[in-house]
Amino acid sequence: MTSSHSNILYRWPTDDLLCWLLRGLAAIAGLVVVFIVVFLIAETLPVLSHVGLERFFTDPSWHPAEGFYNLTPMLWGTLFTMAGSVLIATPLGILSAIFCHYYAPPILTRPYRRLIELLAGIPSVVYGFWGLVVLVPLIGEIHPPGPSLLSGILILTIMILPTIALMADASLANVPQHYLRGAAALGLPRWATIRGVVFPTAKSGLFTGVILETGRAIGETMAILMVCGNVVQTPSSFFDPIRTLTANIALEMSYALGDHRAALFVSGLVLMTMIAALTMAAEWISRGRIYG
Amino acid sequence: MAEASSPTHQAREWLASILVWGTAALVTATFCWLLGDIVWHGLSHLSWTFLTTSPESAGRRGGIGPILVSTLLILGVCLTVSLPIGVGTAILLAEFTSDHSLFGRMTRRSLDVLAGVPSIVFGLFGNAFFCKTLGLGFSILSGGLTLACMVLPILIRSTEEGFRAVPANYRLSAAALGLSRTTTLVHLLLPAAVPGLLVGLILGIGRAIAETAALIFTSGYVDRMPESLLDSGRALSIHIFDLSMNVSGGDANAYASTLVLVILLLAINGTAAWLAERGLHRRIVTV
Repeated sequence: MTSSHSNILYRWPTDDLLCWLLRGLAAIAGLVVVFIVVFLIAETLPVLSHVGLERFFTDPSWHPAEGFYNLTPMLWGTLFTMAGSVLIATPLGILSAIFCHYYAPPILTRPYRRLIELLAGIPSVVYGFWGLVVLVPLIGEIHPPGPSLLSGILILTIMILPTIALMADASLANVPQHYLRGAAALGLPRWATIRGVVFPTAKSGLFTGVILETGRAIGETMAILMVCGNVVQTPSSFFDPIRTLTANIALEMSYALGDHRAALFVSGLVLMTMIAALTMAAEWISRGRIYG
Repeated sequence: MAEASSPTHQAREWLASILVWGTAALVTATFCWLLGDIVWHGLSHLSWTFLTTSPESAGRRGGIGPILVSTLLILGVCLTVSLPIGVGTAILLAEFTSDHSLFGRMTRRSLDVLAGVPSIVFGLFGNAFFCKTLGLGFSILSGGLTLACMVLPILIRSTEEGFRAVPANYRLSAAALGLSRTTTLVHLLLPAAVPGLLVGLILGIGRAIAETAALIFTSGYVDRMPESLLDSGRALSIHIFDLSMNVSGGDANAYASTLVLVILLLAINGTAAWLAERGLHRRIVTV
Protein backbone atom coordinates (compact mmCIF):
# COMPACT_ATOMS: atom_id res chain seq x y z
CA MET A 1 0.00 0.00 0.00
CA THR A 2 1.56 3.23 -1.06
CA SER A 3 0.64 6.49 0.57
CA SER A 4 -0.71 9.19 -1.66
CA HIS A 5 2.32 11.35 -0.98
CA SER A 6 4.66 9.10 -2.89
CA ASN A 7 2.21 8.62 -5.73
CA ILE A 8 3.65 10.12 -8.88
CA LEU A 9 0.22 11.41 -9.82
CA TYR A 10 0.06 13.50 -6.67
CA ARG A 11 1.00 17.11 -7.31
CA TRP A 12 3.06 18.84 -4.66
CA PRO A 13 1.47 22.17 -3.67
CA THR A 14 4.92 23.72 -3.21
CA ASP A 15 5.70 22.96 -6.85
CA ASP A 16 2.69 24.90 -8.06
CA LEU A 17 3.57 27.76 -5.75
CA LEU A 18 7.18 27.80 -6.95
CA CYS A 19 6.13 27.66 -10.57
CA TRP A 20 3.85 30.67 -10.18
CA LEU A 21 6.52 32.57 -8.25
CA LEU A 22 9.04 31.94 -11.02
CA ARG A 23 6.51 32.92 -13.67
CA GLY A 24 5.94 36.17 -11.81
CA LEU A 25 9.67 36.92 -11.69
CA ALA A 26 10.10 36.04 -15.36
CA ALA A 27 7.15 38.25 -16.25
CA ILE A 28 8.89 41.18 -14.54
CA ALA A 29 12.10 40.46 -16.45
CA GLY A 30 10.21 40.17 -19.72
CA LEU A 31 8.19 43.32 -19.14
CA VAL A 32 11.21 45.58 -18.61
CA VAL A 33 11.68 46.04 -22.33
CA VAL A 34 7.96 46.72 -22.82
CA PHE A 35 8.15 49.33 -20.05
CA ILE A 36 11.12 50.99 -21.73
CA VAL A 37 9.29 51.29 -25.05
CA VAL A 38 6.08 52.47 -23.38
CA PHE A 39 7.89 55.17 -21.40
CA LEU A 40 9.87 56.35 -24.41
CA ILE A 41 6.67 56.69 -26.42
CA ALA A 42 4.74 58.30 -23.55
CA GLU A 43 7.46 60.93 -23.10
CA THR A 44 7.60 61.72 -26.81
CA LEU A 45 3.84 61.96 -27.38
CA PRO A 46 3.48 65.65 -26.40
CA VAL A 47 6.12 66.82 -28.85
CA LEU A 48 5.00 64.45 -31.59
CA SER A 49 1.42 65.69 -31.32
CA HIS A 50 2.14 69.40 -31.79
CA VAL A 51 5.46 69.38 -33.65
CA GLY A 52 5.07 66.25 -35.74
CA LEU A 53 7.62 63.70 -36.78
CA GLU A 54 8.73 65.20 -40.10
CA ARG A 55 9.96 68.46 -38.52
CA PHE A 56 12.70 66.43 -36.81
CA PHE A 57 14.15 65.96 -40.27
CA THR A 58 13.14 69.16 -42.10
CA ASP A 59 13.75 71.96 -39.55
CA PRO A 60 16.56 74.42 -40.43
CA SER A 61 18.69 73.56 -37.37
CA TRP A 62 18.89 71.99 -33.91
CA HIS A 63 18.03 74.88 -31.59
CA PRO A 64 15.49 73.33 -29.23
CA ALA A 65 15.16 76.51 -27.14
CA GLU A 66 13.85 78.32 -30.23
CA GLY A 67 11.72 75.42 -31.37
CA PHE A 68 13.95 73.99 -34.13
CA TYR A 69 14.42 70.25 -33.83
CA ASN A 70 16.49 69.03 -36.77
CA LEU A 71 18.04 65.68 -35.83
CA THR A 72 19.62 64.95 -39.24
CA PRO A 73 23.16 66.22 -38.44
CA MET A 74 23.25 63.98 -35.37
CA LEU A 75 21.80 61.09 -37.37
CA TRP A 76 24.61 61.54 -39.91
CA GLY A 77 27.11 61.69 -37.07
CA THR A 78 25.86 58.37 -35.71
CA LEU A 79 25.78 56.76 -39.17
CA PHE A 80 29.27 57.98 -40.18
CA THR A 81 30.97 56.88 -36.95
CA MET A 82 29.12 53.56 -37.11
CA ALA A 83 29.96 52.88 -40.76
CA GLY A 84 33.61 53.89 -40.38
CA SER A 85 34.26 51.83 -37.28
CA VAL A 86 32.40 48.75 -38.56
CA LEU A 87 34.33 48.90 -41.84
CA ILE A 88 37.68 48.95 -40.02
CA ALA A 89 36.84 46.67 -37.10
CA THR A 90 35.24 43.84 -39.10
CA PRO A 91 38.33 42.75 -41.10
CA LEU A 92 40.61 43.34 -38.11
CA GLY A 93 38.36 41.36 -35.78
CA ILE A 94 37.96 38.44 -38.17
CA LEU A 95 41.71 38.35 -38.93
CA SER A 96 42.41 38.44 -35.23
CA ALA A 97 40.14 35.40 -34.67
CA ILE A 98 41.86 33.64 -37.59
CA PHE A 99 45.19 34.35 -35.96
CA CYS A 100 43.92 32.68 -32.80
CA HIS A 101 42.72 29.56 -34.60
CA TYR A 102 45.08 28.95 -37.51
CA TYR A 103 48.24 31.03 -37.30
CA ALA A 104 49.22 31.49 -33.67
CA PRO A 105 51.65 28.99 -32.17
CA PRO A 106 49.90 27.13 -29.30
CA ILE A 107 51.86 29.09 -26.71
CA LEU A 108 50.39 32.40 -27.94
CA THR A 109 46.77 31.31 -28.40
CA ARG A 110 45.65 31.49 -24.78
CA PRO A 111 47.33 34.78 -23.84
CA TYR A 112 46.05 36.42 -27.02
CA ARG A 113 42.49 35.25 -26.41
CA ARG A 114 42.69 36.44 -22.80
CA LEU A 115 43.89 39.82 -24.06
CA ILE A 116 40.87 40.18 -26.36
CA GLU A 117 38.58 39.25 -23.48
CA LEU A 118 40.25 41.88 -21.29
CA LEU A 119 39.76 44.49 -24.02
CA ALA A 120 36.07 43.52 -24.19
CA GLY A 121 35.74 44.16 -20.46
CA ILE A 122 37.29 47.64 -20.34
CA PRO A 123 34.55 50.22 -19.76
CA SER A 124 33.74 52.80 -22.42
CA VAL A 125 34.62 55.73 -20.18
CA VAL A 126 38.20 54.43 -19.98
CA TYR A 127 38.44 54.24 -23.78
CA GLY A 128 36.99 57.73 -23.95
CA PHE A 129 39.47 59.08 -21.42
CA TRP A 130 42.40 57.49 -23.22
CA GLY A 131 41.13 58.87 -26.52
CA LEU A 132 40.78 62.32 -25.01
CA VAL A 133 44.28 62.52 -23.52
CA VAL A 134 46.25 60.50 -26.10
CA LEU A 135 44.46 60.16 -29.43
CA VAL A 136 42.82 63.59 -29.74
CA PRO A 137 46.07 65.60 -29.22
CA LEU A 138 47.79 63.31 -31.77
CA ILE A 139 45.10 63.98 -34.37
CA GLY A 140 45.19 67.67 -33.43
CA GLU A 141 48.85 67.78 -34.45
CA ILE A 142 48.10 66.33 -37.87
CA HIS A 143 45.07 68.46 -38.57
CA PRO A 144 43.51 70.75 -35.94
CA PRO A 145 41.11 70.62 -34.16
CA GLY A 146 41.73 67.25 -32.54
CA PRO A 147 38.20 66.16 -31.57
CA SER A 148 36.75 64.89 -34.81
CA LEU A 149 34.87 62.26 -36.76
CA LEU A 150 38.20 60.47 -37.22
CA SER A 151 38.96 60.19 -33.51
CA GLY A 152 35.40 58.94 -32.94
CA ILE A 153 35.81 56.27 -35.61
CA LEU A 154 39.17 55.14 -34.23
CA ILE A 155 37.99 54.90 -30.62
CA LEU A 156 34.83 53.07 -31.66
CA THR A 157 36.94 50.68 -33.75
CA ILE A 158 39.06 49.77 -30.72
CA MET A 159 35.91 49.35 -28.65
CA ILE A 160 33.93 47.10 -30.97
CA LEU A 161 36.89 45.07 -32.22
CA PRO A 162 36.75 42.65 -29.23
CA THR A 163 33.03 42.08 -29.91
CA ILE A 164 33.52 40.91 -33.47
CA ALA A 165 36.77 39.10 -32.58
CA LEU A 166 35.07 37.03 -29.85
CA MET A 167 32.03 36.26 -32.04
CA ALA A 168 34.27 35.28 -34.96
CA ASP A 169 36.35 33.17 -32.57
CA ALA A 170 33.23 31.31 -31.42
CA SER A 171 31.97 30.70 -34.94
CA LEU A 172 35.40 29.53 -36.19
CA ALA A 173 35.46 27.05 -33.30
CA ASN A 174 32.26 25.54 -34.73
CA VAL A 175 33.85 24.66 -38.08
CA PRO A 176 33.94 20.81 -38.10
CA GLN A 177 37.45 19.40 -37.72
CA HIS A 178 37.04 16.95 -40.59
CA TYR A 179 36.51 19.82 -43.06
CA LEU A 180 39.97 21.07 -42.11
CA ARG A 181 41.49 17.60 -42.29
CA GLY A 182 39.93 17.15 -45.71
CA ALA A 183 41.44 20.40 -46.90
CA ALA A 184 44.83 19.42 -45.50
CA ALA A 185 44.60 16.04 -47.24
CA LEU A 186 43.99 17.83 -50.54
CA GLY A 187 47.22 19.74 -49.97
CA LEU A 188 45.54 23.13 -49.69
CA PRO A 189 47.76 25.78 -48.11
CA ARG A 190 46.58 27.64 -45.02
CA TRP A 191 45.01 30.75 -46.51
CA ALA A 192 43.34 28.80 -49.31
CA THR A 193 41.74 26.55 -46.65
CA ILE A 194 40.53 29.58 -44.72
CA ARG A 195 39.13 31.30 -47.79
CA GLY A 196 37.61 28.25 -49.44
CA VAL A 197 36.50 26.15 -46.46
CA VAL A 198 36.39 28.14 -43.23
CA PHE A 199 34.72 31.36 -44.41
CA PRO A 200 31.77 29.70 -46.17
CA THR A 201 31.16 27.42 -43.17
CA ALA A 202 31.37 30.16 -40.56
CA LYS A 203 29.54 32.78 -42.61
CA SER A 204 26.35 33.08 -40.59
CA GLY A 205 28.25 33.37 -37.28
CA LEU A 206 30.45 36.08 -38.74
CA PHE A 207 27.39 38.01 -39.96
CA THR A 208 25.84 37.82 -36.50
CA GLY A 209 29.08 39.19 -35.08
CA VAL A 210 29.00 42.11 -37.50
CA ILE A 211 25.44 42.92 -36.50
CA LEU A 212 26.28 42.77 -32.79
CA GLU A 213 29.21 45.13 -33.24
CA THR A 214 27.06 47.50 -35.31
CA GLY A 215 24.58 47.61 -32.43
CA ARG A 216 27.38 48.45 -30.01
CA ALA A 217 28.67 51.15 -32.34
CA ILE A 218 25.24 52.80 -32.60
CA GLY A 219 24.59 52.69 -28.87
CA GLU A 220 27.98 53.82 -27.64
CA THR A 221 27.79 57.10 -25.75
CA MET A 222 30.57 58.02 -23.38
CA ALA A 223 33.64 57.41 -25.52
CA ILE A 224 32.08 59.19 -28.49
CA LEU A 225 30.97 62.06 -26.28
CA MET A 226 34.51 62.52 -25.01
CA VAL A 227 36.41 62.46 -28.32
CA CYS A 228 34.10 63.84 -31.01
CA GLY A 229 33.93 67.55 -30.19
CA ASN A 230 30.11 67.62 -30.08
CA VAL A 231 29.47 70.36 -32.63
CA VAL A 232 26.06 69.94 -34.27
CA GLN A 233 26.94 69.82 -37.97
CA THR A 234 26.99 67.42 -40.88
CA PRO A 235 30.71 66.64 -41.27
CA SER A 236 32.39 67.48 -44.58
CA SER A 237 35.76 65.89 -43.76
CA PHE A 238 37.21 63.34 -41.33
CA PHE A 239 38.66 66.16 -39.22
CA ASP A 240 35.36 67.93 -38.55
CA PRO A 241 33.94 67.70 -35.04
CA ILE A 242 30.57 65.96 -34.92
CA ARG A 243 27.83 65.10 -32.47
CA THR A 244 26.00 61.75 -32.42
CA LEU A 245 22.44 61.04 -31.30
CA THR A 246 23.64 59.36 -28.12
CA ALA A 247 26.05 62.17 -27.22
CA ASN A 248 23.26 64.69 -27.81
CA ILE A 249 21.06 62.98 -25.22
CA ALA A 250 23.89 62.77 -22.67
CA LEU A 251 24.86 66.42 -23.15
CA GLU A 252 21.46 68.08 -23.00
CA MET A 253 19.36 65.81 -20.79
CA SER A 254 20.57 67.44 -17.57
CA TYR A 255 18.98 70.82 -18.35
CA ALA A 256 16.32 69.97 -20.94
CA LEU A 257 12.69 70.80 -20.10
CA GLY A 258 9.33 70.46 -21.85
CA ASP A 259 9.52 70.01 -25.60
CA HIS A 260 13.31 69.95 -25.57
CA ARG A 261 13.26 66.99 -23.16
CA ALA A 262 10.64 65.25 -25.29
CA ALA A 263 12.80 65.84 -28.37
CA LEU A 264 15.66 64.00 -26.65
CA PHE A 265 13.30 61.09 -26.01
CA VAL A 266 12.53 61.13 -29.75
CA SER A 267 16.24 60.57 -30.45
CA GLY A 268 16.13 57.72 -27.91
CA LEU A 269 13.22 56.26 -29.83
CA VAL A 270 15.16 56.58 -33.11
CA LEU A 271 18.07 54.69 -31.50
CA MET A 272 15.72 51.96 -30.28
CA THR A 273 14.25 51.60 -33.77
CA MET A 274 17.71 51.16 -35.28
CA ILE A 275 18.61 48.53 -32.67
CA ALA A 276 15.31 46.69 -33.16
CA ALA A 277 15.91 46.58 -36.93
CA LEU A 278 19.38 45.13 -36.30
CA THR A 279 18.03 42.52 -33.87
CA MET A 280 15.50 41.43 -36.46
CA ALA A 281 18.22 41.21 -39.10
CA ALA A 282 20.30 39.08 -36.73
CA GLU A 283 17.42 36.69 -36.19
CA TRP A 284 16.77 36.48 -39.91
CA ILE A 285 20.41 35.58 -40.52
CA SER A 286 20.66 33.05 -37.72
CA ARG A 287 17.64 31.24 -39.20
CA GLY A 288 19.69 30.84 -42.36
CA ARG A 289 17.29 32.64 -44.69
CA ILE A 290 20.11 34.75 -46.05
CA TYR A 291 21.16 31.77 -48.15
CA GLY A 292 17.74 31.49 -49.75
CA MET B 1 49.12 20.66 -56.90
CA ALA B 2 50.98 22.53 -59.58
CA GLU B 3 48.46 25.34 -59.36
CA ALA B 4 48.52 25.49 -55.57
CA SER B 5 52.25 26.10 -55.55
CA SER B 6 52.25 28.60 -58.41
CA PRO B 7 53.90 31.95 -57.67
CA THR B 8 50.62 33.92 -57.32
CA HIS B 9 49.29 31.41 -54.79
CA GLN B 10 52.53 31.49 -52.86
CA ALA B 11 52.43 35.27 -52.85
CA ARG B 12 48.84 35.19 -51.64
CA GLU B 13 49.76 32.83 -48.78
CA TRP B 14 52.60 35.13 -47.77
CA LEU B 15 50.42 38.20 -47.93
CA ALA B 16 47.75 36.53 -45.79
CA SER B 17 50.31 35.49 -43.18
CA ILE B 18 51.68 39.01 -43.00
CA LEU B 19 48.17 40.47 -42.69
CA VAL B 20 47.10 38.08 -39.94
CA TRP B 21 50.28 38.50 -37.91
CA GLY B 22 50.18 42.24 -38.49
CA THR B 23 46.62 42.45 -37.19
CA ALA B 24 47.53 40.49 -34.07
CA ALA B 25 50.54 42.72 -33.48
CA LEU B 26 48.44 45.85 -33.99
CA VAL B 27 45.77 44.73 -31.52
CA THR B 28 48.37 43.75 -28.94
CA ALA B 29 50.26 47.02 -29.40
CA THR B 30 47.10 49.12 -29.02
CA PHE B 31 46.18 47.24 -25.89
CA CYS B 32 49.63 47.68 -24.36
CA TRP B 33 49.65 51.37 -25.29
CA LEU B 34 46.25 51.94 -23.66
CA LEU B 35 46.95 49.97 -20.50
CA GLY B 36 50.55 51.13 -20.24
CA ASP B 37 49.52 54.77 -20.50
CA ILE B 38 46.95 54.41 -17.73
CA VAL B 39 49.23 52.44 -15.41
CA TRP B 40 52.19 54.77 -16.07
CA HIS B 41 50.29 57.97 -15.28
CA GLY B 42 47.92 56.55 -12.69
CA LEU B 43 50.28 54.61 -10.47
CA SER B 44 52.15 57.66 -9.14
CA HIS B 45 48.88 59.07 -7.79
CA LEU B 46 47.45 55.92 -6.36
CA SER B 47 47.75 55.54 -2.60
CA TRP B 48 45.69 54.51 0.41
CA THR B 49 44.93 58.18 1.14
CA PHE B 50 43.63 58.62 -2.42
CA LEU B 51 41.21 55.73 -1.92
CA THR B 52 39.86 56.97 1.41
CA THR B 53 39.76 60.79 1.40
CA SER B 54 37.07 63.03 -0.07
CA PRO B 55 37.58 64.91 -3.32
CA GLU B 56 38.49 68.60 -2.98
CA SER B 57 38.00 71.50 -5.41
CA ALA B 58 35.77 69.48 -7.77
CA GLY B 59 38.14 66.50 -7.68
CA ARG B 60 41.41 68.21 -8.67
CA ARG B 61 42.85 67.31 -5.28
CA GLY B 62 41.89 64.80 -2.62
CA GLY B 63 40.71 61.26 -3.18
CA ILE B 64 37.74 59.16 -4.18
CA GLY B 65 36.45 57.82 -0.80
CA PRO B 66 32.78 58.90 -1.09
CA ILE B 67 32.76 57.96 -4.75
CA LEU B 68 33.77 54.38 -3.98
CA VAL B 69 31.05 54.23 -1.30
CA SER B 70 28.42 55.51 -3.76
CA THR B 71 29.58 53.03 -6.39
CA LEU B 72 29.24 50.15 -3.91
CA LEU B 73 25.79 51.33 -2.80
CA ILE B 74 24.56 51.59 -6.40
CA LEU B 75 25.95 48.12 -7.03
CA GLY B 76 24.27 46.81 -3.86
CA VAL B 77 20.86 48.14 -4.91
CA CYS B 78 21.36 46.77 -8.41
CA LEU B 79 22.18 43.24 -7.20
CA THR B 80 19.49 43.10 -4.49
CA VAL B 81 16.87 43.72 -7.15
CA SER B 82 18.33 41.94 -10.17
CA LEU B 83 19.54 38.75 -8.46
CA PRO B 84 16.15 37.30 -7.38
CA ILE B 85 14.47 38.32 -10.64
CA GLY B 86 17.37 37.09 -12.75
CA VAL B 87 17.84 33.74 -11.02
CA GLY B 88 14.08 33.13 -10.90
CA THR B 89 13.75 33.81 -14.63
CA ALA B 90 16.76 31.63 -15.43
CA ILE B 91 15.31 28.72 -13.41
CA LEU B 92 11.98 29.10 -15.14
CA LEU B 93 13.56 29.19 -18.59
CA ALA B 94 15.94 26.30 -17.98
CA GLU B 95 13.85 23.95 -15.82
CA PHE B 96 10.16 24.78 -15.85
CA THR B 97 9.29 25.66 -19.44
CA SER B 98 9.90 23.83 -22.67
CA ASP B 99 11.77 25.69 -25.39
CA HIS B 100 8.61 25.84 -27.47
CA SER B 101 6.13 27.25 -24.95
CA LEU B 102 4.78 30.67 -25.82
CA PHE B 103 5.63 32.25 -22.46
CA GLY B 104 9.22 31.01 -22.57
CA ARG B 105 9.67 32.17 -26.16
CA MET B 106 8.26 35.62 -25.45
CA THR B 107 10.44 36.08 -22.36
CA ARG B 108 13.52 34.98 -24.24
CA ARG B 109 12.76 37.27 -27.17
CA SER B 110 12.20 40.25 -24.92
CA LEU B 111 15.46 39.56 -23.06
CA ASP B 112 17.34 39.42 -26.38
CA VAL B 113 15.98 42.84 -27.27
CA LEU B 114 16.81 44.13 -23.79
CA ALA B 115 20.42 42.98 -24.19
CA GLY B 116 20.76 45.20 -27.26
CA VAL B 117 19.22 48.36 -25.81
CA PRO B 118 21.87 51.13 -25.71
CA SER B 119 22.84 52.23 -22.21
CA ILE B 120 21.83 55.83 -22.85
CA VAL B 121 18.27 54.62 -23.54
CA PHE B 122 18.33 52.87 -20.15
CA GLY B 123 19.33 56.25 -18.76
CA LEU B 124 16.35 57.94 -20.44
CA PHE B 125 14.00 55.25 -19.16
CA GLY B 126 15.45 55.39 -15.63
CA ASN B 127 15.08 59.15 -15.59
CA ALA B 128 11.48 59.01 -16.78
CA PHE B 129 10.35 56.04 -14.68
CA PHE B 130 12.37 55.91 -11.45
CA CYS B 131 13.28 59.59 -11.06
CA LYS B 132 10.09 61.24 -12.33
CA THR B 133 7.18 58.77 -12.23
CA LEU B 134 8.14 57.01 -8.99
CA GLY B 135 9.45 60.27 -7.54
CA LEU B 136 12.82 58.91 -6.40
CA GLY B 137 14.67 61.89 -7.90
CA PHE B 138 18.38 61.79 -8.66
CA SER B 139 19.37 59.12 -6.16
CA ILE B 140 21.44 56.02 -5.61
CA LEU B 141 18.17 54.06 -5.56
CA SER B 142 17.19 55.25 -9.07
CA GLY B 143 20.67 54.54 -10.40
CA GLY B 144 20.78 51.06 -8.88
CA LEU B 145 17.31 50.17 -10.19
CA THR B 146 18.23 51.38 -13.71
CA LEU B 147 21.35 49.24 -13.63
CA ALA B 148 19.30 46.28 -12.37
CA CYS B 149 17.22 46.41 -15.58
CA MET B 150 20.43 46.60 -17.55
CA VAL B 151 22.27 43.59 -16.07
CA LEU B 152 19.24 41.25 -16.21
CA PRO B 153 19.99 39.75 -19.66
CA ILE B 154 23.62 38.84 -18.91
CA LEU B 155 22.70 37.52 -15.45
CA ILE B 156 19.90 35.36 -16.82
CA ARG B 157 21.91 34.06 -19.77
CA SER B 158 24.83 32.72 -17.74
CA THR B 159 22.68 31.39 -14.89
CA GLU B 160 20.62 29.53 -17.48
CA GLU B 161 23.83 28.11 -18.96
CA GLY B 162 24.71 26.92 -15.45
CA PHE B 163 21.40 25.04 -15.12
CA ARG B 164 21.67 23.55 -18.60
CA ALA B 165 25.14 22.22 -17.75
CA VAL B 166 23.65 20.04 -14.96
CA PRO B 167 23.41 16.46 -16.31
CA ALA B 168 19.87 15.30 -17.14
CA ASN B 169 20.17 12.17 -14.99
CA TYR B 170 20.16 14.34 -11.84
CA ARG B 171 16.59 15.29 -12.69
CA LEU B 172 15.59 11.77 -13.70
CA SER B 173 17.02 10.22 -10.53
CA ALA B 174 15.31 12.83 -8.37
CA ALA B 175 12.01 12.16 -10.12
CA ALA B 176 12.49 8.40 -9.69
CA LEU B 177 13.01 8.93 -5.97
CA GLY B 178 9.71 10.81 -5.83
CA LEU B 179 11.26 14.13 -4.81
CA SER B 180 9.18 17.19 -5.47
CA ARG B 181 10.53 19.57 -8.08
CA THR B 182 11.09 22.20 -5.40
CA THR B 183 13.26 19.81 -3.38
CA THR B 184 15.13 18.76 -6.51
CA LEU B 185 15.75 22.37 -7.36
CA VAL B 186 16.92 23.46 -3.92
CA HIS B 187 19.04 20.44 -3.00
CA LEU B 188 20.33 19.16 -6.33
CA LEU B 189 20.12 21.60 -9.22
CA LEU B 190 20.89 24.86 -7.43
CA PRO B 191 24.17 23.63 -5.87
CA ALA B 192 25.21 22.07 -9.17
CA ALA B 193 24.42 25.28 -11.06
CA VAL B 194 26.33 27.56 -8.70
CA PRO B 195 29.30 28.07 -11.08
CA GLY B 196 27.05 29.46 -13.79
CA LEU B 197 25.25 31.62 -11.28
CA LEU B 198 28.54 33.02 -9.98
CA VAL B 199 29.79 33.76 -13.48
CA GLY B 200 26.57 35.61 -14.23
CA LEU B 201 26.80 37.50 -10.97
CA ILE B 202 30.38 38.57 -11.59
CA LEU B 203 29.75 39.56 -15.21
CA GLY B 204 26.73 41.55 -14.04
CA ILE B 205 28.85 43.34 -11.45
CA GLY B 206 31.42 44.07 -14.15
CA ARG B 207 28.79 45.51 -16.47
CA ALA B 208 27.30 47.61 -13.67
CA ILE B 209 30.64 49.03 -12.54
CA ALA B 210 31.64 49.89 -16.10
CA GLU B 211 28.41 51.74 -16.80
CA THR B 212 28.38 55.52 -17.14
CA ALA B 213 25.75 56.71 -19.59
CA ALA B 214 22.80 55.14 -17.76
CA LEU B 215 23.86 56.76 -14.48
CA ILE B 216 24.45 60.40 -15.49
CA PHE B 217 20.83 61.39 -15.12
CA THR B 218 19.63 58.75 -12.70
CA SER B 219 22.12 58.74 -9.82
CA GLY B 220 23.54 62.20 -10.41
CA TYR B 221 26.80 64.03 -9.95
CA VAL B 222 27.02 64.89 -6.23
CA ASP B 223 30.44 63.90 -4.85
CA ARG B 224 29.62 64.16 -1.13
CA MET B 225 29.46 61.09 1.08
CA PRO B 226 25.90 59.73 0.59
CA GLU B 227 23.78 59.64 3.76
CA SER B 228 20.92 57.48 2.52
CA LEU B 229 19.87 55.60 -0.59
CA LEU B 230 17.76 58.60 -1.60
CA ASP B 231 20.83 60.83 -1.78
CA SER B 232 22.47 61.50 -5.08
CA GLY B 233 25.81 59.71 -5.42
CA ARG B 234 28.55 59.85 -8.03
CA ALA B 235 29.77 56.53 -9.43
CA LEU B 236 33.45 55.98 -10.21
CA SER B 237 32.95 56.02 -13.97
CA ILE B 238 31.02 59.31 -13.80
CA HIS B 239 33.83 60.74 -11.68
CA ILE B 240 36.33 59.91 -14.43
CA PHE B 241 34.07 61.42 -17.07
CA ASP B 242 33.49 64.60 -15.07
CA LEU B 243 37.18 65.07 -14.20
CA SER B 244 38.36 64.69 -17.76
CA MET B 245 35.60 66.67 -19.47
CA ASN B 246 34.43 69.39 -17.09
CA VAL B 247 37.31 69.99 -14.67
CA SER B 248 40.47 71.49 -16.10
CA GLY B 249 43.54 70.25 -14.27
CA GLY B 250 41.79 67.08 -13.13
CA ASP B 251 43.80 64.76 -15.37
CA ALA B 252 46.13 63.39 -12.69
CA ASN B 253 43.24 62.31 -10.47
CA ALA B 254 41.32 61.10 -13.51
CA TYR B 255 44.23 58.81 -14.39
CA ALA B 256 44.36 57.39 -10.87
CA SER B 257 40.57 56.83 -10.80
CA THR B 258 40.76 55.16 -14.21
CA LEU B 259 43.46 52.86 -12.90
CA VAL B 260 41.26 51.91 -9.93
CA LEU B 261 38.34 51.17 -12.27
CA VAL B 262 40.48 49.13 -14.67
CA ILE B 263 42.02 47.09 -11.83
CA LEU B 264 38.55 46.40 -10.40
CA LEU B 265 37.26 45.27 -13.78
CA LEU B 266 40.27 43.14 -14.65
CA ALA B 267 39.92 41.38 -11.29
CA ILE B 268 36.18 40.88 -11.81
CA ASN B 269 36.44 39.59 -15.37
CA GLY B 270 39.45 37.43 -14.52
CA THR B 271 37.49 35.74 -11.73
CA ALA B 272 34.54 35.20 -14.07
CA ALA B 273 36.71 33.65 -16.77
CA TRP B 274 38.47 31.42 -14.23
CA LEU B 275 35.18 30.23 -12.75
CA ALA B 276 33.67 29.65 -16.16
CA GLU B 277 36.58 27.47 -17.21
CA ARG B 278 36.56 25.59 -13.91
CA GLY B 279 32.88 25.06 -13.43
CA LEU B 280 31.13 25.17 -16.75
CA HIS B 281 33.69 23.77 -19.17
CA ARG B 282 32.16 26.01 -21.78
CA ARG B 283 32.74 29.56 -22.72
CA ILE B 284 30.22 32.29 -22.15
CA VAL B 285 30.88 35.14 -24.52
CA THR B 286 30.61 38.36 -22.55
CA VAL B 287 29.25 40.53 -25.30
